[in-house]
Amino acid sequence: MTQKGIETSVGIFILLGLVAIIWLVLKVGNWSPNSSSTYEVTAYFDNVAGLSVKAPVTLAGVKIGHVASIGIDSEDYSARVVLHILDSYNNLPVDSGAAILTSGLLGAQYVGIDPGAEETYLVHGGQIDITQSAMVLENLIGQILIRTAEGTNQ
Amino acid sequence: MSWLPQIGRISIAIVQHLGAAGKFLPNVLPGIVVVYKRPKLLIQQLYSLGVMTVLIVVVAGLFVGMMLGFQGYHTLVDFGAESSLGLAVALFLTKELGPVLTALLFAGRAGSAMTAEIGLMRMTQQLDAMKMMGVDPMIHIVAPRFFAVIFAMPLLAALFSVVGLGGGYIVAAGLLNVDPGSYWAAMQMGVDVYEDVWGGILKSVVFGFVVSWISAFEGYYALPSANGISTATTRAVVTASLSVLGFDYLLTAIMF
Repeated sequence: MTQKGIETSVGIFILLGLVAIIWLVLKVGNWSPNSSSTYEVTAYFDNVAGLSVKAPVTLAGVKIGHVASIGIDSEDYSARVVLHILDSYNNLPVDSGAAILTSGLLGAQYVGIDPGAEETYLVHGGQIDITQSAMVLENLIGQILIRTAEGTNQ
Repeated sequence: MSWLPQIGRISIAIVQHLGAAGKFLPNVLPGIVVVYKRPKLLIQQLYSLGVMTVLIVVVAGLFVGMMLGFQGYHTLVDFGAESSLGLAVALFLTKELGPVLTALLFAGRAGSAMTAEIGLMRMTQQLDAMKMMGVDPMIHIVAPRFFAVIFAMPLLAALFSVVGLGGGYIVAAGLLNVDPGSYWAAMQMGVDVYEDVWGGILKSVVFGFVVSWISAFEGYYALPSANGISTATTRAVVTASLSVLGFDYLLTAIMF
């Protein structure tokens, strides 16, 4: 093979490889350059159940951010969930609520934001006070069992 | 009691071998100047080590991806989670199988060729002749191959993963009727760019380093005989493959 042919095939090889890496980053990893421009909001839940990091944060069903980290608050043993919300949605009222919801009956869990009515907006480092914990299926079944047991006793 | 000195002899030989390999590395690394001083040498090696390995990597990636599609589907469908198939295939490929299988294939296809080539140069005294002429064989023979492998490995691993994902998609959407949208959506939800994609690429760079180090070292210090070259080639492939698997475990334990 001529020197030119070798150089051409090496060029094609490197281009293909770089395209493969970029495709993995953009399409598979779903990386977008502006994903870093988010602001951080903390919410405390009694129970996060199956919520996982990277789960979406939605407002009216539209994704506006993601769950950045989940930890335990060492004082009152509640779950501390850090949400990263895109800068373009920086007009959430401070009295907004956050609820852990499930897509479908057994689907993945996500955080739904319920906007409040205040004139001031949540800023970086803010906290959402009104929270609603995840629905735990076992507790629900337990309640139904207790209720049916009470019903048969009467 | 003849086995006691035997153990001692083998241990000394192993330690000597490791020491020689360790001394070999600092002699190769300054050869990185070849990348901008004589880029033609590097391109030549990128061709014979990288381009010529593309075909085997692409074919292997396609079949591994299709296999993952089938196996993953039959495991996940029992839990009603076949919509997560894309995620399972993507994580397997980007984090583990892409870098590891590419490195193993590479050690067999190109690493062995590199050992035999350098070993034959040693046997026919070409390396000594170069030294006599004041040309450093470390820089002109070993370094271009060494850095070509480190450069080519992540590209090959990425190609493997991409082709594998395509193979998985063909099986999932074409044969098993998994929803194509959920195949990609589950993948994008669960794959982390830094941890999974960059982690896999970092792994393949490390594997490239390990494979090229071992292959070049075994060739450079091959005994100058037909038997010596065959031993060196075998040892290069075996040691490189085992080292890749060992480093894979270490890197996985450290990174994830």
